[in-house]
Amino acid sequence: MTPTLLGRLQTRWVMVWTVGLVWLLLVGPFLPFAGPVAGVYRTGLATLVVVAVVGTAWEFVYHALQQLRWDKDWPTLLGLVLGVTEGVVAHRIVSAGIPWSTPPVDAVPFAWQFGSVWIAIWLVTNGPIRILFPRWRFAGGRFW
Amino acid sequence: MPAADTTPLPDRVPAVDPLEQKSLLDEVTVRRSGRRILRRRFVTIGAGLGSLAMVHLWRLAGVADRDLCAIGPLDAPSDTYEYLATNSQIPRHERLRSDSGSTIDAIWGWPGYALRESVAEVDPRQAARVLTEPLMAEFFTPTAGQVYRSVDRETARLGWDRVHLSGWVRRIRRADAGGYWILVDGTDGESLAVAAEHVHVAIGYPGVALLPDLQAFRARHPEAGFRIANAYEPHGHLYDELRRRRATVLVRGSGIVASRVLQRLLDDVEQVGLDVEVVHLFRNYVDAPQGASRRFRRRGGGGFAYQAFNYPKACWGGQLRDRLEATDGAERADLIDRMGGTNTAPRRSWRRQLRRHGRTGTYRQMCGVVASVEAVDDGIRTTIRRADGRLESLDTAYVLDATGLQADPTTHPLYADLIARCGARRNPKGRLAVEPSFEVCGTRSGTGRMYASGAMTLGGAYAGVDSFLGLQYAALRAADDMAEAGALPRIGPLRSARGWWGWARNRSYDSDGSMR
Repeated sequence: MTPTLLGRLQTRWVMVWTVGLVWLLLVGPFLPFAGPVAGVYRTGLATLVVVAVVGTAWEFVYHALQQLRWDKDWPTLLGLVLGVTEGVVAHRIVSAGIPWSTPPVDAVPFAWQFGSVWIAIWLVTNGPIRILFPRWRFAGGRFW
Repeated sequence: MPAADTTPLPDRVPAVDPLEQKSLLDEVTVRRSGRRILRRRFVTIGAGLGSLAMVHLWRLAGVADRDLCAIGPLDAPSDTYEYLATNSQIPRHERLRSDSGSTIDAIWGWPGYALRESVAEVDPRQAARVLTEPLMAEFFTPTAGQVYRSVDRETARLGWDRVHLSGWVRRIRRADAGGYWILVDGTDGESLAVAAEHVHVAIGYPGVALLPDLQAFRARHPEAGFRIANAYEPHGHLYDELRRRRATVLVRGSGIVASRVLQRLLDDVEQVGLDVEVVHLFRNYVDAPQGASRRFRRRGGGGFAYQAFNYPKACWGGQLRDRLEATDGAERADLIDRMGGTNTAPRRSWRRQLRRHGRTGTYRQMCGVVASVEAVDDGIRTTIRRADGRLESLDTAYVLDATGLQADPTTHPLYADLIARCGARRNPKGRLAVEPSFEVCGTRSGTGRMYASGAMTLGGAYAGVDSFLGLQYAALRAADDMAEAGALPRIGPLRSARGWWGWARNRSYDSDGSMR
């Protein structure tokens, strides 16, 4: 991928609130260690908010790093593995009751939830998204 | 003195066609000329890969056979590409320099060539490469054969045979009522005039360019002409001849074609025991990374400038595309040169091979500018002016010119005529000036618009024009522009998704433009 800064932000917000939200609502309750549905949704929505809001800050960091690359591209693998650092940070934030209080968030269920959402978004972003939006890749990830 | 050209001209086209003398044509005049008249709203000229990309999008927008035409002398859209690739030593089983997602048969680029290869071969390695490129693996690149097969499949699906008009376009003229008249000599000898509303010109490079000093040598010494070859010309005889006797070969150029030709020569040394010394001449020797800024620095060393593709990746659709689009004139031309220019792919196998043969003396590098090329007994003497002004002579049996293709549009009669008679202009790179929508500047005719794509549009707002993805991007921008003008429906998410589904299922288009 060869995102622009604006493309990164748009893609993140759109993906979180489409693919991420649908995944959470449909698949979230059935993941291993999921627990009661209400708790899953409460934690899951808090996580999505963090991924969108805190992720906005992350994107500035990624964009700065991208400037060191001649091709001004963002390798597919980075898009996947950065989920680990973002996940750890998101877990801390959600555990601290931000943006709202949640049932206790153990690392393993959180990893399942966050990890599966992250991979779903990563998979869609790395191909199928262009079926609906053929101009998206030429516009550096911008939708409009 | 060369003999007079006695080739007969096609019967019904006079040597000087009176239609060609006019800049604006009206229907009465065209009728009187006796040419058969065809009416098609959307016409693409070239019928190569650029035309394929355009027809792919026109079909996606629902254009029916009766409104569609692709004019060109090729049997299959990949013919010219395959001819040039094969000559430059990329046969079907070798890999091109192209991204997995640059799928010339599909605007969506997914699934890409890597995933398709993995599925077809039941081998996850190529898909894994796309996952880890370019950090832990070199960029995946498809084999030439895979690309041609995908083109064949898409050509059949688009109903190409029904909309393809086999012939050469002699001239394009504005029509007095708007739109264009396209004067065509059919390959069957018939003369036609095609009335078109929107025209897309994608005829590629004007031809193969031999370096001027080699061109002059060939003219002076036709008997020794076989000792010189442009890498894009058929030159298999050279490799055959080298198997018979020990010889020295001079390779000129340091781009991707030079890399591939060097590989072919050195592979032959390793595999069939060719007894050859390869001298490699660089005009600009790159011995270090290029660029003063840490944020704009290209890998380089050992003579070559290295990047995975012919431009940095973001030129096709990222911040560099935006940056280039925001510039113009000389500044744009300069930025294009700094991101492009002569460069090659940093393939580990190539670099190792050159090092290996450098140590044994089979491969030797020189740097300088050619001062003269002379015939000597059994070969060619190239005199090279080194950077310090010293002259050095080198006798070789063959000279291989790997410096490229003809980039001057005025050497092609159709481009030259577009500039002379249709209002087209040249951009700061000397090629055809196009808008960001790829409309050819200065050629609008009433409601009709003329677009161009491919190598001849370099110098505009988009650098990656000479690539599969660039052809698709140009076609998409042109289709969007036609949609804005009300000539086509816009390709929105639903139309796109329906089109993708049909493509994935290999459902072909009916003559009314609907999918079966």
